[in-house]
Amino acid sequence: MNTITVLFYLFSAVLLFAALRVITARNTVHATLYLVLAFFSASCVWMLLRAEFLAIVLVLVYVGAVMVLFLFVVMMLDVRSDQFRQGFWKHFPLAAMIGVVITLEMAFVLMRGFQPTEAPALDERSIALGNSKLLGIEIYTNYLYPLQIAGVLLLVAMISAITLTLRRRKDARYTKPSEQVRVKAADRLRLVKITPVVDAPAGKEGGAS
Amino acid sequence: MGPLTLGHYLSLGSVLFALSVVGIFLNRRNLIVLLMAIELMLLAVNMNFVAFSHYLGDMAGQVFVFFILTVAAAEAAIGLAILVVLFRNRASVDVAELDELKG
Repeated sequence: MNTITVLFYLFSAVLLFAALRVITARNTVHATLYLVLAFFSASCVWMLLRAEFLAIVLVLVYVGAVMVLFLFVVMMLDVRSDQFRQGFWKHFPLAAMIGVVITLEMAFVLMRGFQPTEAPALDERSIALGNSKLLGIEIYTNYLYPLQIAGVLLLVAMISAITLTLRRRKDARYTKPSEQVRVKAADRLRLVKITPVVDAPAGKEGGAS
Repeated sequence: MGPLTLGHYLSLGSVLFALSVVGIFLNRRNLIVLLMAIELMLLAVNMNFVAFSHYLGDMAGQVFVFFILTVAAAEAAIGLAILVVLFRNRASVDVAELDELKG
């Protein structure tokens, strides 16, 4: 039982505890914070699997961006979590049974087939390059086209998130440049023929009265 | 307890997956926690990919995890945007009230 085994059990215990608290926490903010803990523990487990780049990406992207987004939304929305708690344990027997069945089925398969596996020793090239560089070489040589598609996907996600939540103010006044450019003089200035009003000569009227 | 095998990591992933399934059943009314349970499921799947990649000595698994993380980030962003719009229109994120389609 070496150090890695001890660390694996430690991180797994923290990960499973955090996941349990995510699904049972009364407060949604607490659930989000436990989810952060779960991702952090998972990144530690990935560190044990020598996937350093993905572990760092999980912390940077997930904990740093996605979880902060979750926390932001949870704090911005005024959600009363009490109304969600009624009937919370009603489906627990069914849920627990399905969860236990999933775990047992997986355990049945896993304990048969994947028991004697041992990690292959790294060759000298992998040791010299390191995980991040190997992953980069793999992505930018064999998976360049999917990488571009992933970039486009992120762009689409960004545009759709913005357009979904964009709200125009109704009381603000806007100018429309296209209409301003297309305007003609006739639209702005209208000449109206008005017949002049001629005053009657003052002296004559005065003389008549 | 013997040395760590691939089965240990796969068991961790399966327990995590089962926990998030239970979470979806329990929190079936709160849309935010449902999204969180989906994130946990993706984490469990990623755990399996990384474990296989390590024990088979193949980098393709980690590349796949990279792309899954990309898609999951996009999904979370759009999901939260839909959530915000929903809350703006209904003043609630209760899934039980979303029955306008009468399906």
